[in-house]
Amino acid sequence: MRALVRWWRGVIGADAYERYLESHHRRGHTHPPMGEREFWRAKVDAQEANPSSRCC
Amino acid sequence: MTTVSSGGSAAGSVAEHPPAAVDDEVLEEQRRRWTPLRIAVWTAIALVGGLGWVMLALVRGETVNAIWFVFAAVATYLIAYRFYSSYIERTLLRPDDRRATPAEHSENGQDYLPTDRRVLYGHHFAAIAGAGPLVGPVLAAQMGYLPGTIWIIVGVVLAGAVQDYLVLFFSMRRGGRSLAGMARDELGRVGGAAAVLATLAIMIILIAVLALVVVQALGESPWGVFSVAMTIPIALFMGFYLRYLRPGKVGEVSVIGVALLLLAIVAGGWISESGAAEFFTFDRTTLAWGVVVYGVIAAILPVWMLLAPRDYLSTFMKIGTIVLLAVAVVVVRPDVMAPAVSEFAGNPAGGPVVPGPLFPFLFVTIACGALSGFHALISSGTTPKLLEKERQTRFIGYGGMLMESFVAIMALVAAVSIDRGIYFAMNSPAAMTGGAVDSAAMFVNSLGLAGVNVSPELLAGTAQSVGEQTIVSRTGGAPTLALGLANILSGLFGGAALMSFWYHFAIMFEALFILTAVDAGTRVARFMLQDAVGSFVPKFKDMSWRPGVWIGTLVMCGAWGGILIMGVTDPLGGINTLFPLFGIANQLLAAIALAVCLAIVARRGTIGTLWIVLVPLVAVTVITVTASLYKIFSSVPAVGYWAQHNAYREALAAGRTSMGAARTPEAMEAVVRNTFIQGSLSILFLVLALVVIVTAAIAAVGSLRAGGRPSLEDEPVPSKLYAPSGLVPQPAEKELEARWLAEVGPPSRGGH
Repeated sequence: MRALVRWWRGVIGADAYERYLESHHRRGHTHPPMGEREFWRAKVDAQEANPSSRCC
Repeated sequence: MTTVSSGGSAAGSVAEHPPAAVDDEVLEEQRRRWTPLRIAVWTAIALVGGLGWVMLALVRGETVNAIWFVFAAVATYLIAYRFYSSYIERTLLRPDDRRATPAEHSENGQDYLPTDRRVLYGHHFAAIAGAGPLVGPVLAAQMGYLPGTIWIIVGVVLAGAVQDYLVLFFSMRRGGRSLAGMARDELGRVGGAAAVLATLAIMIILIAVLALVVVQALGESPWGVFSVAMTIPIALFMGFYLRYLRPGKVGEVSVIGVALLLLAIVAGGWISESGAAEFFTFDRTTLAWGVVVYGVIAAILPVWMLLAPRDYLSTFMKIGTIVLLAVAVVVVRPDVMAPAVSEFAGNPAGGPVVPGPLFPFLFVTIACGALSGFHALISSGTTPKLLEKERQTRFIGYGGMLMESFVAIMALVAAVSIDRGIYFAMNSPAAMTGGAVDSAAMFVNSLGLAGVNVSPELLAGTAQSVGEQTIVSRTGGAPTLALGLANILSGLFGGAALMSFWYHFAIMFEALFILTAVDAGTRVARFMLQDAVGSFVPKFKDMSWRPGVWIGTLVMCGAWGGILIMGVTDPLGGINTLFPLFGIANQLLAAIALAVCLAIVARRGTIGTLWIVLVPLVAVTVITVTASLYKIFSSVPAVGYWAQHNAYREALAAGRTSMGAARTPEAMEAVVRNTFIQGSLSILFLVLALVVIVTAAIAAVGSLRAGGRPSLEDEPVPSKLYAPSGLVPQPAEKELEARWLAEVGPPSRGGH
């Protein structure tokens, strides 16, 4: 059940910030990661600058 | 995936980690090991699938049960996945897990991010599936269930899934490069420019036809209009919630959003029965203008307000509803009302729903679900940047498309499980049915279909049971599908009492996908336009330059909006004339994508495996070129755009004031104008696609003659992580995964 919830969160993209933090940590950056609010803003801004299509 | 910990200080640390790939020989040995259990399982799958096909194709009993569709489809998918896709993997693509994927070597924590294969499967599926596979099979049900079923299943195995898999793989090897980018690299400037232009033109027609489907479903339906209109404030609320109240709480806000959506559907029922109904009753022309204005605003508003939240909602509904539907089909097992092959399948003029002969029009009517060129844009966009390992491309690319094909099969089941008389009353254009229950019943009964005898009372009663004023000539596929789904789902939950709820649930979820596709598509098309114009006027390349954005958006909305308005006001029934163009456009895009794949594969200089690309490429080229030629040159007015155009022009010149469905000179002029546009678009698509295919063929022959050319793949980067390739790991994969877990630590990525 827990695995299903995690899968679901992954599919709809609810875990994007957690995964960003993990990734940030993994890449061994020394500068601090973006805050949560800042991250989500950057995420939609990126969508704005580079739209991705949805299929018919 | 398991990764090297970030602290890993220096070179040499790689050697301390387990290998990033299972040896090819080990995997191959496991693949070839036929244990008795495995033989038994695959024999059983083959038998069940064979039984399903026999029941569908050969047995002519009273009725066929829908469960046989599920058996035939799923068994065929499993066999194709296990044998054909792995054949493609071994002989053509040869993925190498020792190479890092773009997600690994270019990881940035956002769009490049290694993602669990099971999560990515859901993600990719949600991006490729939409209203297309739901609508096409409904229209093709005119020809009976068998031709559509065969094409959906055989088409996906040999063409659709192959295209998605190849494009995903080649894009992954090129850092996630787009289809247009790959076309430029492989085909040179002319071929590349034609590919971009064709993609742009095709997107316009796709958006227009999708929007037309929504308008047709919502016309004269206060319930539908209210509940679909409510998605806009719901999405805005979600957008503000995520931006200001609780940033990033996507799961939470999606649940709230879905709850509000269900409430909006229920409330729509109250509205339709109250005095407020007339405020939400619009004719189709007004609705079409509404959708165009909506499209302009939605594509200019910031992403966070409308697009992003509705995307969450749409993903949620998409996967939820499809799982629900699969369960319902298996549990309810509806009987199929349509014959295997209908009276229209052998008729060169086709039928009232889809004009034209079975070949090629079946194959362009069912585009998505069997082969969809649009997927090439997704497979060369977001997905390749999220792959963890090269070997996972088969599961995501080939496997993801099989799931979409299954959705198409379920849509077909829904369409063929409703009464045939009702089916033809709903899907024949108003020009034929007259729009009223009496004339529609008379028209359907005059078609001379075996076992069909529909009464005006049945048509009126059905409309009432789903809470609509009428079901006559509700063309576009969505209302028929909604009726079929309501039949099936109410068999699972709620019975007749919830019929109207489920009907509007289905309308709402289709409208939701389509509106998401409309505004995301407008943005992408505007982006492509700005990029192209930017080559001449550099200022347009700056995507944050507001006037550029506005001009681009207006041009794109004007283009698809014009076609939409034309379709809505078409005296001959717009969807029936435009849908073939939609199918042709989508499949021409597939031909373009496969042509690019051909040029890529031919660089190796060997002919051996080229047939894997050539089979779908030749098939889709023959289908679309034949269909285009019919549309351009056929002398049957219902089939050929120019034949229709000339017939009406000559009638006008001869001073006639009414002809066929066009009862006024103005309507006749509209037919002349519309057929001119449709005919010109047919020619444009055909010419552009042929330019791409010919340049690809020239490039391929050139490569073969030269004995091969260097590939344009990125330089290999060694991979430092490991994850199994498919849904269920092989023993050797499991072993290596366990080693990574023990020696490096738990994987750090979403979903398990």
